[in-house]
Amino acid sequence: MTTTLNGPALLAGQALRKSFARTEALRGVGLEVAAGEVVAVTGPSGSGKSTLLHCLAGILRPEAGQVVFDGRRIDNLDETARTLLRRREFGIVLQFGQLLPELTAVQNVALPLLLEGHERMACEQAARSWLERLGALAEAEATPGELSGGQQQRVAVARALVCGPRIIFADEPTGALDTVAGEQVLSELLNAVRDTHAALVMVTHDNRVAARADREVILQDGRLAGASVGA
Amino acid sequence: MSVGHALLGVLAEGPAHGYDLKHAHDERYPGAKQLAFGQVYAALAKLEKDGFAEAIETVRGSGPDRRTYAITEAGTAALKAWLVQVEPAGPYTADELVRKTVTALRLGRDAADYLLRQRKAHLAEMRRLVALQESTDEVEARVVIDHAVEHLDADLRWLSTASVRLRLAGHRPARTQNSSSALDVDALESSSRKVVT
Repeated sequence: MTTTLNGPALLAGQALRKSFARTEALRGVGLEVAAGEVVAVTGPSGSGKSTLLHCLAGILRPEAGQVVFDGRRIDNLDETARTLLRRREFGIVLQFGQLLPELTAVQNVALPLLLEGHERMACEQAARSWLERLGALAEAEATPGELSGGQQQRVAVARALVCGPRIIFADEPTGALDTVAGEQVLSELLNAVRDTHAALVMVTHDNRVAARADREVILQDGRLAGASVGA
Repeated sequence: MSVGHALLGVLAEGPAHGYDLKHAHDERYPGAKQLAFGQVYAALAKLEKDGFAEAIETVRGSGPDRRTYAITEAGTAALKAWLVQVEPAGPYTADELVRKTVTALRLGRDAADYLLRQRKAHLAEMRRLVALQESTDEVEARVVIDHAVEHLDADLRWLSTASVRLRLAGHRPARTQNSSSALDVDALESSSRKVVT
């Protein structure tokens, strides 16, 4: 099994390559993430950060290299199996726009559980409990359009966590928020992943966000350019 | 006269010794360079000379005299004026990071590698400050740390921009590999530390 500085790898991307048209977004990138570890992926625009995140999360399929989650290769699974994996084992937080506008906050958070076939009342109860934990219970019946950016991100974090994922992938989770709102949402996200022992891989261009990770990896031109480990 | 005004601010809360003033200053501004005692006593002498502070008690002992200072009326007025005065924007054009990068570029040294390693040092300091900020609920401490963090952030953003500009001009860090894992890079980082230290 692959190991990281912090123990056995929960997730390992190895020699990943991915191209779009004539652009090589990833040119052989390896990244291992231990259980419970918080990793920030940074680098300039177009360096391949989001492509790496999407390959690791099973959203994109790399052209070469492999992704191993919990000892099982996942990059060669079919679409149905990857969808199930993303729903059950992974949580995903995007910069904005991932909530369904016609559903209330509590319905949005309950959605992944409903898709798993759980009974509606139980799903909504679990959703309310997560909204409460993230300080967004007062907004439970509001639709995304009625919420501030910070409140929407809290709801998105609750939705990412509601199925009890072992790893969260976040793409610029505070990118649309001001410093203080971003700091609050990030604190809630970090507290939640630490309480549940989930790992977190987050793409960010915000140095404050990178400074709160256990480890930073820097991408440049689709390659790893550097890494730094926190105290 | 920023140190003097900062010390006047401490004295405005009550009389204090030079020793107390130094520690109060250092606690209030954890992101700043700590004051040397010599700086504190020089600033106090200047405040006294300008009539902004006065010694209200002197205790003689075996060592140097221990003097307690208080703010004067003129000092209170000067402090009040300073608090509302807008400061000129600083000329942040040629600090050590910039001088070093430009010199490395002119001499054909590996400026790109330096930029990456400097980022690591800056991010480590930002980690320390952000953790310190997390550990306090005091609004004064939080705004002080915000100021240090925002300045570090400006440097970090400059380091990233400079890296991109160097790459576009064909400069790449010599230690970057075509294909590497995070562990490989950490090993490279520690070997580069050995070179540097």
